Amino acid sequence: MDLAGLLAFNVITGIATLVLITLGLGVIYGMMRIINLAHGEFMMLGAYTAVMASGAGVNIWIAMLVLPPLVVGAIGLILERTVIRFLYGRMMDTMLATWGISLGLIGLITTLYGNVVRGVSTPVGSFDIGRYGASLYSLVIVATALAALGAMFLVLRFTKFGLILRATMQNPRMAAALGVQPNRIYMATFALGAALAGLAGGVLAPISGVSPAMGAAYIARAFITVLGGGPAIVTGTGLASSLFGVINELVSFKTTPVIGDVALLVAAILLIRVLPQGITGRYLRRSL
Amino acid sequence: MTSAAPARRLSAAGFLATLALGLAILFGAPHALDTFGLVQCTGFAALAMFGLSQGFVWGFAGVMCFGQAAFLGLGGYAYAVAVLNMGDSSVPVLLSILVPMLFAGLLGYFMFYGRISDAYIGVITLTVSVILFQLVNATSGSQYRIGVAELGGFNGIPAIPALNAPGHPDEPLDIEGIWYAAMGALILVYALLRGILASRLGRVVVAIRENETRAQLIGYDPRLYKLIAFMIAAGVAGLAGCLYANWGGFISPTVFALPMSAQVIIYVLVGGLGTLIGPMLGAVLIQALIIAAGSQSAVDSNLGLGLVLVGFVLLVPQGLVPVARSLGLRLLERRPRRVAGTAQDGLATGSAR
Repeated sequence: MDLAGLLAFNVITGIATLVLITLGLGVIYGMMRIINLAHGEFMMLGAYTAVMASGAGVNIWIAMLVLPPLVVGAIGLILERTVIRFLYGRMMDTMLATWGISLGLIGLITTLYGNVVRGVSTPVGSFDIGRYGASLYSLVIVATALAALGAMFLVLRFTKFGLILRATMQNPRMAAALGVQPNRIYMATFALGAALAGLAGGVLAPISGVSPAMGAAYIARAFITVLGGGPAIVTGTGLASSLFGVINELVSFKTTPVIGDVALLVAAILLIRVLPQGITGRYLRRSL
Repeated sequence: MTSAAPARRLSAAGFLATLALGLAILFGAPHALDTFGLVQCTGFAALAMFGLSQGFVWGFAGVMCFGQAAFLGLGGYAYAVAVLNMGDSSVPVLLSILVPMLFAGLLGYFMFYGRISDAYIGVITLTVSVILFQLVNATSGSQYRIGVAELGGFNGIPAIPALNAPGHPDEPLDIEGIWYAAMGALILVYALLRGILASRLGRVVVAIRENETRAQLIGYDPRLYKLIAFMIAAGVAGLAGCLYANWGGFISPTVFALPMSAQVIIYVLVGGLGTLIGPMLGAVLIQALIIAAGSQSAVDSNLGLGLVLVGFVLLVPQGLVPVARSLGLRLLERRPRRVAGTAQDGLATGSAR
């Protein structure tokens, strides 16, 4: 019974982690059809922001939850203006360019801070599930993931900005004819996606080693979750994260985390063979 | 019609010129270079073959494979494990080609027959190589062994026996012998790929890249042809992995890692997409740059690679060889017709495919 409780707790944490690391990627892909291969490095920048800020004496919660999205969002904005905006409509070239950005950021951070693993300590303790101890910090991850997903839904569904975003996504020319500037929207979307990646990096910094190449550990899972989710950002991310999170955690529990990742990949490839457009490409097509 | 005929003649001349150049390097290098230079060139040859595989699958089949390193690594590991178990190197070399091909066949079946879009193919191949990296990385400890070969986790497999003459496992090739094997294999693979591209199979593959719907309406199955091209490229990458393992006598999970897949894409992009000689030249050029950059320690080499990649995507997306070729063709057409034939030989190396 205790074990089942712990396992359920781990599954929920796994799903929340997947939601966090996928959402930023999903926003950029869903809105702009750009596969951002620098996503992992945006997370890495977020984690470094958290480490540096908490090292400089900033309150740990601000260092984890507030500063990373702001800093990485600003970096995303700069990169969109200097590189990405010249490549709209050329999907392959944007993938290559973001890959170049990804390598460049790894190289830059290695040059500046060295290829060492840093960390921040978790700000909260642990609690017991029966005979087992579980980290209270997992609850922070779950709460952040829920908040991010919920905020995304509210913004898209109920604000004017969300309406314009959805309109631009559906038909950029029509939106432009009605007075929206698609370039501005793309700029904002890319910065938003980068900010979400920064948030994920900041929140995950205490439970993962912070190093220049840490992004590679997350991107594989993030990419296949986006592909599995399909075009609807919130629903797709939620559903695919739940499906893959359960598979990943259960297999990891039975074997090792690496085999868990392999199981996740195999499940994703089988899913894509059946549903090439992802889950929301076939079902719940009108969802957000 | 004005440009098609000289372009075709130019490409045939380029093929012969490339072969001649390759043979000249093959036999010239051992005399011109010292041992260290020859070892370095052997590494270049292995990576040039890796570039060739990516250039073929991306430039001619239009399959955006972002995880070509997976096949390089599989080939390298297949050779290492097999040769440690068998002693004689003939079968391991074949395995280093067959294992990646079979893996590519399985993966490609799900990707191409699932009819997923090009971008998804990029993401899935990338993901597969990342996960193979993590998988092999996690095999440290003596319980992970195939036959007598311990996989060694992050430390990799050291002391891999070098190639030997078929049937004589006690006479491994020396440094010069490995150079002849690597460069000779590179020339053979290049000629083979040119042959495939000139055959019916190659023409259909290129037709599908140009217009998949049209090719399908004419009656070709794009899924099958893409799968075949994908498997051929995987086999070439696997052989490159075998040579790579021979070059260092060592293989570690870093062959699966992201920088490896990124590097090969940069080779193709810098050298020229849609050419075969471009990726080979790109490989040598970029590797020489990395070695030069590695001898100074102020800046991480990833930073340079990233800047080169972004720079080429933004400024020279077609790569160096096509730029040189179109310059050459323009020069050709400016001349009067009757001397055009004689002008080709001089331009052929610059614009060879």
